[in-house]
Parts: sequence; structure tokens; C-alpha cells
Amino acid sequence: MPQLNLVLRHRDIPGLHELAVYQTNGGYAQLRRAVTELTPEAVIDIVKASGLRGRGGAGFPTGLKWSFVPKGPGQKYIVVNNDESEPGTFKDHEIMLRNPHQLIEGAAIAAYAVGASAVYIYSRGEFWKSAQSFDRAIAEARAAGLLGQRLFGTDYNLEVYTSLGAGAYICGEETALLSSLQGDLGQPRLKPPFPAVAGLYARPTVVNNTETLANVPLILERGADWYKGIGTEKSPGTKVCCVSGHVERPGNYEIPLGTPFKELLAMAGGVWKGRRLKAMMPAGASSPATPGEQCMDLLLDWESMAAAGSTLGSASFIIMDETTDMVWVAMKTSQFFKHESCGKCSPCREGTFWLTKVYGRLNAGSGTSEDVALVGEIIEQIRDKCFCPLGEFALSAPRSTMAKFPEDYRRAVGTVENGAQQDG
Amino acid sequence: MTDLLQQRFGSEIQAAFARYPAGREKSAALPLLYLAQAAYGHLSTEAIEEVAQLIGSDSTHVRGLAGFYSLFLEQPHGGFVVQYCNDLPCALRGSEDFLPVLEEKLGCKAGATSADGLFTLECVMCLAACDRAPMAQINLDYVYDLNPESLDLLVTELRAKAASDPERRAPFGFGPPSEMK
Repeated sequence: MPQLNLVLRHRDIPGLHELAVYQTNGGYAQLRRAVTELTPEAVIDIVKASGLRGRGGAGFPTGLKWSFVPKGPGQKYIVVNNDESEPGTFKDHEIMLRNPHQLIEGAAIAAYAVGASAVYIYSRGEFWKSAQSFDRAIAEARAAGLLGQRLFGTDYNLEVYTSLGAGAYICGEETALLSSLQGDLGQPRLKPPFPAVAGLYARPTVVNNTETLANVPLILERGADWYKGIGTEKSPGTKVCCVSGHVERPGNYEIPLGTPFKELLAMAGGVWKGRRLKAMMPAGASSPATPGEQCMDLLLDWESMAAAGSTLGSASFIIMDETTDMVWVAMKTSQFFKHESCGKCSPCREGTFWLTKVYGRLNAGSGTSEDVALVGEIIEQIRDKCFCPLGEFALSAPRSTMAKFPEDYRRAVGTVENGAQQDG
Repeated sequence: MTDLLQQRFGSEIQAAFARYPAGREKSAALPLLYLAQAAYGHLSTEAIEEVAQLIGSDSTHVRGLAGFYSLFLEQPHGGFVVQYCNDLPCALRGSEDFLPVLEEKLGCKAGATSADGLFTLECVMCLAACDRAPMAQINLDYVYDLNPESLDLLVTELRAKAASDPERRAPFGFGPPSEMK
């Protein structure tokens, strides 16, 4: 199967980031149609029928999420999760920068569908420069009467704003993101209440990923049946896959869901330097490391990956060649999660701290088999005990590397233990 | 109480408030902290107090934000803050091996400021540009495809830029367009 650029259409249509070019290619016609011809319920029904699932990682059905927002008057919000902080993920930045109007239109259609009059696009602070060009795109659309008050001559009002974080992985978690948007620490809170009931400023709010919303204009334009014809039955459409690490051509590749992993790897030029694939992580640092020989026939959709004991998540493939030491990989991801733990709950805050300590010893060659057992104990003390998914995410690499690459752990403790035997 | 932020970025502050509903001034905390960082150089006690007063919050809350988010700098720093990604995807493409080269060129170790005050070097977590790894951001501008040769060139360019600038300091954070490179 080849690449299929829907949300990355800018790669096929030069200048698509400009409003005039976007409009020439059907841009904003679907927002106009939705607002002037369709009821909010009809829009939700189309998105439900398309089978569109959230592209941020969880794969939750988008139309269903929208339908949870209570009907009736009162302020509601669409918040676009453009925080993109999972190591190995760099797709939403490309969409925001190169195809901004498709994201704005998708978010605006979502807003109309749930009765929201404001959209906030929350981006990680490092995207500040892209956010400035995005602000210009919003201003252009507003000046052209495509956003703003009394839209297309109706009573519907809609404003779109960007808002920047300032460096915190945890703000990709939706309740932490909303907290950050309110000017507080980006720390998660318990659900329920879910954001659909009490989100931004305690008002009904839908939080959707950038890539998810960028799909929406084309679904309205070409219909739910067209969309369902791409991908698999349970995972319709395309997915932008970020491929990084040991490949010849790292980058974003948009593929129909259900494409075999080996085809994606070939698109990225294969493993670099003619080497063998040792492992890959399919959804960034928070996903399990899968041995190379088990990767090639994996089908890249949510149900196939789950059936294989893995996850598609945000489809951020970190590729590792045969020279990679998986103990080092687990140390690196542990350092990431220790740094990014928000500190709210102690199993995550303390557990990730101890993981980095023990992995530091193992990686330095001063660890023992007791340290390997200690990693197992720390895992049990974090597992199922944390407030939000970050604690679980921190365990993916340690658990999977211990289970699938025991030889790397044996080698890590070998220096000390072989030496000790000789001394004895 | 100082009002350096208000004096320097009055219209930007109003534009930040305008993005959020009336009565929700606290939502502008992060945008104002970026501006305060540009106005004061770093988030000093005075900077924190002015932001707190503007958003109608207390300085304990604002100090907490400054400590929580990694793009806010609470201590004086070099004219160029080099935030070098050393996370897994960059490390797979050599960032750990190139770090000693960068430290030598800058004249400081990671976590420190060079003796001439020009550079502060920090190792940071993933910046979402792994397709161009290894990469870094310098005063919030991305630089890509780093290797010993490109790092050498980059540091030479930064030194030249510093020599031609009397303040020897590029703005950190975003002010009005004239503030930006």
C-alpha cells in the first residue's frame, strides 16, 4: 500500500497553507455547509458513521466523544491538544505549520457540532514560532468571514485562539492540559467528571488531537462511506506515522491504517547502514519495545496492535538497530519519565526516581542481578497505583526490555558478577 | 514593585488577556511569564511579583508555575541558552557522543554557564523534531541535523552574533516582532 496524504495534503498541494490555495481546494466549504445547511446532530452523525478515532493515542471514537457534550445553551469549548511531547512524535507540528487551515476548519466544524463558541489550540511552548504563523492563519480566516461573529449570516459565533504551554509532557494528558490552560500547574485530576461535562472553566469541553480534527473537513466533503473505505473496518482512515531513530529517512509517513509495519519501514528507507532491526517502539517512549523479528508482519491499526500485545498509540515508531543496548534504552526512557513526572502522586514521582538510579548503575556496568530484581520490585510499586497514565507509561520500556531482551540485562550485570566470581 | 514588564510589553499583555474570557486573567499566566522573561532577563522575584499582580494571583502560585515548566528560567543565564535534546530519538542518532564536542566549543558543561557569560547549556527532553535529530533549541529557535561539524559552525556563528550585539544577549521568549531574530 502506498502513502495516502489526507491530513498531509500540503505535500501534494503546494501553498496549501495559504488561505486562497486552501479555498481553491475546497477549503472552508464544509464549515459553511455545516453551519448553514446541517444541524449539529447531523454533523455528529456523519463523523460517527465515518468511524473516525482519536489520533492522539487512545483511539477513542471521535463522534461518540462529541455526542457526550450536553445539549442546550451555555458556554462550551473545543480544545485542540497540540502539545505533542511524546518522544518520537512530530506529526502535529507539521500539520499546524504546513496545513493550518485544515486544522482550523476541522476544529471549527467540531465546535459547531457541540455548540461551542470558542476553540483553544494548546501547543507546547517550543512551537511558539509556528503558533505565530498559525495566529496569522486564524486572522486571515477571520478577515475573510470564515470565523468570527454571525458566521455565514447565521446566529452562530466562533472565535479560535492559540495558547502556549511552557515545557511539560504531562500537559498532553487532557485534564492537565486544561489545568495549564487555566493558568495552573499542569497536573492531572481524577475523572469523572469528564471534560465533556466539566472541562475548561468547568464548562463542557471536548479535547481532540490535532491530527484527528484535520481529518474532519475531508470526511464531510467526501462522506463517511468514502472514509470507511480507507483503512480497516475498526480503524478507518489514514494515520500519520512518525518514524525516527535508526532509519535512512526519518520523517512522517501517512498510510492507510492496517498497512504492514514492513511497508512503513521500507518507506523510511529501512534500517540505516544496512543493519538488522533489533527492536522498535511503536508509540514513542511510553510503548513496549518489540523485538525486530516480531515487528515485520504487524498490521498498523489499533485492533491488530492490541491483539499483538502492543499499542498503536500515536504511531511514533522509534527504530533501533542491532547495536542498540536495550538496558540503555530503558535508562533513557526512565530518565524522561522521571523528568516529566508532575510530582502529584508518590508512586510515579518516587518510582521513576528510583528507576533512573538503578538503571544508571546497570548502564554503567556497576549493577548486579539484585538490581535487575529491584527494577522488577519498583515496577510492581508503580503499576496500577498512579493517578494518571504517566506512571504506567514509565513502565513500558523496563517491562518489555526485561521480558524480551534478557540477554542485554545478563550482559549488563556480567561485568560485576564475573569479576566477583574471579575474586572469590 | 517594579513595572518593567508593563512598561515594555503593555500592548502584548493586553493582547494576551484578550484571548481568555473576562475574569479569567489567570489563564494568561504562561504568556505573561514568557514576556516577563524577555523583559527581566530571567524570572527574578520582581518579575514574578509583577506577573502575579497583573493576573490577580499571588507570587507563590506564579513562582510555582515558573518552577514547574521547563521553558521558564529562574536564574540568571548566558546570552544564549542552548537546550540540547539528549532524549532517546536524538541519542540514537549520536547526541550523547556529540555532547562533549558541544561542551568544549561552548566552554561549559551541561547545566552550567560559560565563564564569559555567553552560553548556558542544558540537556533537555524531546522537542518533537526527531526527524531532524540530533537537534537543539537556542533561545527557543530550533537547529537541526547536528553533528560535530555543524555544531562547530553553529557555535562560531553564535559567537559572531554576540560580538556584533552590545547586549551580547538574544531575547529569550517572545516579545514584539522587533524583539525576534
